[in-house]
Amino acid sequence: MNIFRNVVFVAALAGLVAGLVITALQTFYTVPLILQAETFENAEPAHDHAAPVATETAPAAPVEAHPHDEEGWAPADGAERTAFTALANIVTGIGFGLLLVVASEFAGGITGWRQGLFWGFAGFAVFALAPGLGLPPELPAMPAADLVARQVWWIATVAATGAGLWLVAFGGSAVLAVVGAALMVIPHIVGAPQPVSHDSPIPPDLHHDFVVAVTITNLVFWMLLGAAVGVFRTRFARGLEAPQGSLA
Amino acid sequence: MASTTHDTTSTQSRTLPLAFAALLGLFIVGFVGFSHAEAVHNAGHDYRHSMAFPCH
Repeated sequence: MNIFRNVVFVAALAGLVAGLVITALQTFYTVPLILQAETFENAEPAHDHAAPVATETAPAAPVEAHPHDEEGWAPADGAERTAFTALANIVTGIGFGLLLVVASEFAGGITGWRQGLFWGFAGFAVFALAPGLGLPPELPAMPAADLVARQVWWIATVAATGAGLWLVAFGGSAVLAVVGAALMVIPHIVGAPQPVSHDSPIPPDLHHDFVVAVTITNLVFWMLLGAAVGVFRTRFARGLEAPQGSLA
Repeated sequence: MASTTHDTTSTQSRTLPLAFAALLGLFIVGFVGFSHAEAVHNAGHDYRHSMAFPCH
């Protein structure tokens, strides 16, 4: 039970730090672009934000309406909305931290912040870069294929890229390295689900800025998460009974 | 993560807690990033867009 507790402890601390920092970055770099995009969304009466099946009610939504108030609870704009974004960042920071710690423990554990940067970059490649090649970051009001199809492709791409990267790094043989490289390429040969038309009310400049902002903030998040795991692991989980002096 | 299947050096006592920790991580990320529940989607809306999860 010690092992599980230590993994959760290190992941929780690292996720808290990375989640708080990424929230600050998002507040400055990505959220303003999302809010700007929502003005285009609200100006489009035909668009239904909540449901992919566009047979909803609401003829001509009022221009001032919040995009989420057709159904269900939503946080109020401003502090409450930011608080929930922060909560989501911290909670998933811990979730991503758990995955990062577990993966690295199977390779002997992250032994310092510099090694953590490397593992963090691997996390960025697996969870942001690879799925982003086929499904670039989207703004509200942009056309997109079926949600479930995109989620399935996203998850499959992350799994294949993670497994492929692992085989390349730790597979230990040429054959497995080639298999790993193939696993990383195959999702892009299959291709991500795309909308029927890319015609969008969102100006291309706005979307370009958003893709750049999302990619860079993701990069910072992952490198910070990896470095934080390296710091907290060496500081708080040292000296535990383990092969190779690793966390577990 | 596929890495959980590549345990060649560790003992059984080490693999199981690590696997549970990975499952917990997958559950957390899956729930916040992929849940179709309206309230979860709305609460995490800006997060999902900012982290490039598929969103609505």
